[in-house]
Amino acid sequence: MLEIDGLSVGYGWTGRPVVTIVRDVSLTVGTGEVVGIAGESGCGKTTLALAATGLLDPPGQILSGSVRYQGTDLTSLSPQELRELRLTEISMVFQASMNVLNPVMRIRDQFLDAMAAHGVESSAEARKRAEETFDLVKIPRRFFDAYPHQLSGGMRQRAVIALALVLRPKLLVLDEPTTALDVVVQRSILQSLNDLRRDLDFAIVFITHDLSLLVEIADRIAIMYAGAIVEDAAAKDLYQRSRHPYTNALMEAFPPLGGDRRRLEGISGQPPDLRNLPIGCSFAPRCPRVMAGTCDEIDPPTIGRDDGHLVVCHLYSEKEAPVG
Amino acid sequence: MASAPAVVGVEEIAEPPVLEVRGLTKHYTIGRLGRGKTVHALSNVDLSLERGEVLGLVGESGSGKTTFIRTVLMLDRPTAGTIRVNGQEPVPARPSASRLREHRRHVQMIFQDPYSSLDPLHTVRYSVGRPLRAFGIVPRHEQKAAIEKLLAQVGLVPAGDFLRRYPHQLSGGQRQRVGVARALAVHPSVLLADEPTSMLDVSIRLSIMNLLLELRSSESLALVFVTHDLAGAYYMSDRIAIMYAGHLLEVGPASAVMGHPRHPYTRLLREAAPDPDGDFGRDTRFEVQGDPPDLTALPPGCPFVPRCPFARSECETALPEWREVGAGHRVRCVLYGGPDGTAAFDKPLTTRGGPDA
Repeated sequence: MLEIDGLSVGYGWTGRPVVTIVRDVSLTVGTGEVVGIAGESGCGKTTLALAATGLLDPPGQILSGSVRYQGTDLTSLSPQELRELRLTEISMVFQASMNVLNPVMRIRDQFLDAMAAHGVESSAEARKRAEETFDLVKIPRRFFDAYPHQLSGGMRQRAVIALALVLRPKLLVLDEPTTALDVVVQRSILQSLNDLRRDLDFAIVFITHDLSLLVEIADRIAIMYAGAIVEDAAAKDLYQRSRHPYTNALMEAFPPLGGDRRRLEGISGQPPDLRNLPIGCSFAPRCPRVMAGTCDEIDPPTIGRDDGHLVVCHLYSEKEAPVG
Repeated sequence: MASAPAVVGVEEIAEPPVLEVRGLTKHYTIGRLGRGKTVHALSNVDLSLERGEVLGLVGESGSGKTTFIRTVLMLDRPTAGTIRVNGQEPVPARPSASRLREHRRHVQMIFQDPYSSLDPLHTVRYSVGRPLRAFGIVPRHEQKAAIEKLLAQVGLVPAGDFLRRYPHQLSGGQRQRVGVARALAVHPSVLLADEPTSMLDVSIRLSIMNLLLELRSSESLALVFVTHDLAGAYYMSDRIAIMYAGHLLEVGPASAVMGHPRHPYTRLLREAAPDPDGDFGRDTRFEVQGDPPDLTALPPGCPFVPRCPFARSECETALPEWREVGAGHRVRCVLYGGPDGTAAFDKPLTTRGGPDA
């Protein structure tokens, strides 16, 4: 449904050097699929989401590659055409987006406003549809006529998700949708999302740094490092048989909830400067399994296209056996 | 300053707890004078901490975790209750300046937000050196060496490089380390850490947690680690205390509280936490909706009653007494009424109301 192919995105004003933030990313999202994207801050997750949904503003620019939504190349559409696509086909919910609601408008009116902008005139039917969507995210109906400040943070975030779904899009892009919320609220929102997806049948791109959360909710997970995807596999497969040393390190950064308590090291060092990426694998300077003379000189190969567990690392050959 | 064992002496002399909090209560008044409401931020909290012990204090936002830290440090005056450090006389409700200073020589804190807790106009040397000057800990001519030693201790090496840096020249993790160095300057016995990792990137969180654990071992520092992250609490803590609406509901060894949580609220937290080993579609016994109670109008009984699937009528009238359910494991819940502390809990229970109720 969404096909990102060889996408590179950079930031830079005309005449100034462009810093490449997203490098040659390919990713597909199938109908009704939940695809997670995980990585540290600054790895390009959000930029990827912006570019993939046609929301990238200057100085951001798409350097190469394409984004196809049901066959249409989004990069070739005019702003007006993109606007028509949003909310009806693709919806986005961003981090702390509970603050995007207009504070001086009743929530009901914001729903009707968004629908009117897409040609759904205010009618009894439109109002009923808005109310139904509001009910889906399990907020008591009386809050529909409230102002945003009368809702708790969790309810506002639910309201924004409902707003994103009111025109029944096929694809929902969520960028850290629950990061600002407590665990209990987070869990209930995720459960609602899961139920909604079953009922309304839309695909989700879920961006977060919380890998432990993704493993639970995503069908597939792509791990990003320094703007590139380093591993891409089915969620459970990634969790049980992660291959890339960065994925292992990221996984270790989340201590377990039970069992043995041993000292974990997580990831040492800092992500690289994107203006000045290291030669070869960009994770090599921090990698515990770095092979001198290989990783710091040659770009790592992409392995595992056949079995659907993609990894970009020198440690693996096509036969899956770790080298060295 | 070499690593001293946490347990001192062969004869096991009973050492007083480094921190002993009894009946700590804090009310804030909000609204206009005369028409104000009282926020019951903290209600009758008892906690004590042994030398070199890490206590994880876990709860949702608004549960009173930060209020606990602020009142223990006497940044806010407690409404009621006593705070004792190292078995000394309790800190008086209105301490003199010198008594307050004495208190803070033993109890220090690190803040949640490393971006706002360092003065942007001052260098690292100034910020870390300030407590040394304020408490007259080292003579002036030894200050620089002392600051360098503190920086090295928190992993900012080579320390000389960091002395002249300003906060904007540091990463979030480095800033948090400066915050730790500043707190360590007075050689406290208790460090109160208010969500010290929640503003940091995933890759840095663990390194700050490891730093605190190292300091616990090398300095026999007792630590209150406030967090809403259960996994972090389990990684860090010897004991875990669960807080809800200003009340402690369960306290016990970390492995017991996480491995066999007793209070329904603890169970809710445990089930809500992201768990890669869990199955997302799994049946939670809890309806995870509902909000914590309004702190200006707390119910007379257990504060969790409105959300508790196991609530009985007695829960609504009075706060349950503490009950022992295991070694050092106590819980404030009527479900554990039996003399052996087991009670009718582990049989399957249905939640009150369905999702659509």
